[in-house]
Amino acid sequence: MATKKLAFIVRSMPYKTEASRLALTHAIASQTVEIYLEDGDMVEPVVAFMGDGVLNCLKNQNAMGMYGVTSIEQHLKNSLLLDLKVLICKEDVERFGLSESSLIMDAEDIGGETKATIVPFSEIQQEMETSNHLLFF
Amino acid sequence: MGKLTIGCFSSLVGSLSLDFAVKLANTAIKKGHTVDFWVSGNATMLSKKGQRAFKDYSALMKIVQEMTATGKFQITACEACAEARGYHKEDTLEGFKRHSMDWYLASSFSADRVLHIGGD
Repeated sequence: MATKKLAFIVRSMPYKTEASRLALTHAIASQTVEIYLEDGDMVEPVVAFMGDGVLNCLKNQNAMGMYGVTSIEQHLKNSLLLDLKVLICKEDVERFGLSESSLIMDAEDIGGETKATIVPFSEIQQEMETSNHLLFF
Repeated sequence: MGKLTIGCFSSLVGSLSLDFAVKLANTAIKKGHTVDFWVSGNATMLSKKGQRAFKDYSALMKIVQEMTATGKFQITACEACAEARGYHKEDTLEGFKRHSMDWYLASSFSADRVLHIGGD
């Protein structure tokens, strides 16, 4: 029985490439990974947005209206609904002049209880240091 | 000897990241390691049958087949990413598996090292 922590570090801007969407869909796939693992083994995902990646967390995305695809916002809310740990880099939020009220911090509208947290980079670094594997998107 | 899991998202043509990832896998196999290789996003193009090698474009099919023949290499394409691009099961090269993203996470679970090459 073991738990391996995988850190999904999102540095890509939303919609310019597929990267940030794939980060979230891969992180969400941790919910079904047990079918490939031994009993008791688990994958613990943590998602951290930093650099340009914090722009993925902006509220009121209209990907369906603009591109006819689900939004990163929806994927982020699904991640919170599934109780994934979501961190947003404080320094980068400030660098972009963003406020907490402009960011997706919860998924209450779809019944989620877990909240995203804005944390200093040092905390994200700590998560990376305690992860078994890092995946940069 | 260890197990390496490599994930790559870059397209076969248009970026050399996939070439790098495949060559890295080949080197690891030659050193005696086993490699799980996950292609997602545009990299699922690598799983498509009917590729034709031109001198001006990356052609990785042969090296992938050689690696598969060693028995130390597994290559899996993201099924949803492939289907979204019109690459169906019947279009998939022999030796490729098709799974959902949890296969990659499970492979990462048991890997000694994970190299996520990423890409556009």
